[in-house]
Amino acid sequence: MNRKRMLTNLLVNIWMQGGLYILLAIPVLIAIGLYWKAAPLLNEHSLADLIFSSKWFPMKGEFGFLPFIFSSFYVTLLAFILSAPLCLFAAIYLTQFSNRRLLNFMLPVIDILAGIPSVVYGVWGILVIVPLVSGRIAPFFGSTSSGYSLLAGGIVLAVMCIPYMLNMLIEVFHTIPVGMKEASLSLGATHWEMVKHVIIRKGFPGIISAFGLGIAKAFGETIAVLMVVGNTLNLTLSPLKPGYPLPALIANNYGEMMSIPDYDSALMFAALLLFVVILIINLFFRYFIHKTEKI
Amino acid sequence: MNRWKLIEEWIFKIISFVAAYSVVLILLYLLIVVFNKGIGALSWEIVFSMPAGGYYFGGGGGILNAIVGSFYVSIGATVLAIIIGLPAALFINVQLIRLKRTQNTIRFLLDALWGIPSIVYGAFGFAVMLFFGLNASLLAGIITVALLITPILVRAFDEVLKTIPVELQEASYSLGSTRTETALKVLFKQGFAGFITALLLAFGRGIGDAASVLFTAGFTDNIPVTFDEPVATLPLSIFFQLSSPIEEVRQRAYAAAVVLTVIILIISVSARFLSKRYSKNIIK
Repeated sequence: MNRKRMLTNLLVNIWMQGGLYILLAIPVLIAIGLYWKAAPLLNEHSLADLIFSSKWFPMKGEFGFLPFIFSSFYVTLLAFILSAPLCLFAAIYLTQFSNRRLLNFMLPVIDILAGIPSVVYGVWGILVIVPLVSGRIAPFFGSTSSGYSLLAGGIVLAVMCIPYMLNMLIEVFHTIPVGMKEASLSLGATHWEMVKHVIIRKGFPGIISAFGLGIAKAFGETIAVLMVVGNTLNLTLSPLKPGYPLPALIANNYGEMMSIPDYDSALMFAALLLFVVILIINLFFRYFIHKTEKI
Repeated sequence: MNRWKLIEEWIFKIISFVAAYSVVLILLYLLIVVFNKGIGALSWEIVFSMPAGGYYFGGGGGILNAIVGSFYVSIGATVLAIIIGLPAALFINVQLIRLKRTQNTIRFLLDALWGIPSIVYGAFGFAVMLFFGLNASLLAGIITVALLITPILVRAFDEVLKTIPVELQEASYSLGSTRTETALKVLFKQGFAGFITALLLAFGRGIGDAASVLFTAGFTDNIPVTFDEPVATLPLSIFFQLSSPIEEVRQRAYAAAVVLTVIILIISVSARFLSKRYSKNIIK
């Protein structure tokens, strides 16, 4: 082999390895970077204090994240309740009950919709969901709402999650061997019994993972929620009241944070919290999916 | 067969039928609403003119700065993502081909990275910016978006490379080529169609993302000339203009939303089209 080829081989190899190491270093760097910025706050307050206190007065140096964490969970839960059953049944219909042509048509459509930017979902939320909540849903329950509410956030998130969740569910259902379905049908099971006892049972870890990853996506979504959720500090159980999820807190306060001591640390802590929670959820459910893929 | 079984089957078939079609209807409705609201406000003037200053107070003008800025940021980020991501994806599939466990661990980590919300990347990018004493600028925006889309690019390209038969690599080695030559001349060529798709997918994610550039790219009425100037992007221009109290400004936001959606749709559709076109010459 001549020297030039050897040298190219060596250099490209270094480049390739370098690329991979940079990629694998990204999460570590993010964790270190965010921790470094959040450290001043963590030194002054205990972790439990930050997470479980609901006193949010940045001017006085009191940072209780409970209302934000609560809003985040609330909105995510609403989105999950609205989208999960819909996606599950839609995936069942597309993979089991309909013909192949519809699925072949739907897959690219879902893919394309999954690429629609969140700000567009936010625009839709403002145009449709906010008036719907204030004009129809709130009066229906005998209450009033400006429309900018936890419920509106939940609905918009649910719609955003649909293409994403549906895609994963369809993939999960495709990993189930056809032989198993045929075996149960040949024993005289109806289509639905086959779905209930074979598809859902066999795909259970995958279904749960798809839901889990959908939740994680909803939990960290920023712009679309920010646009419709009202952004008011509120510790309330009523979905018609406005809320203030963690990502919205980070996004909203960047302009003024420099003037208040520790405020930037608090926002970085919020980002760190999001990062850790979502990374753990992702790692956990991805592990499930990787395991089911191998079977 | 008893009656109850049949009724149950019938009920659930109807439920799943309704679910499937309501999903389609909801998403279709979303597109119709956004287009319906925006098309009326959309004009050549908005697309091809710069803001006349004071956009927030209805100063007139268009969104050309945001359109061009969006392309600047996403193209820059995609180039950066290719520089880091392309060799990494090839490395996983050439050098690590025998180490299945390592391969799977890396894939698993990349998949998990995919789900990290863009606001976290934005906050991290901001921390890095402070660390290096940079200002909100085109460069900072590009770096942040690159961090966001590189895992996506690598994972999507890797998914393509994974399907290429090992025998092809073996044949290449048996002819005396080095690993580099195998990676670039055999694997990359084979996976080219998939690479284009992955590229466009990552590009689309980059152009539509708002939260990651919220603090790193800044916002301006001008088109940046150098890397250290702030830059406007479409998602942010929609976001900011929508919060304006003036109806005319909000109309521009709706128009911008249509422009952004159309760009994304063109990217996704052409990704599918191109990948079909290029996959003709692939050995299967």
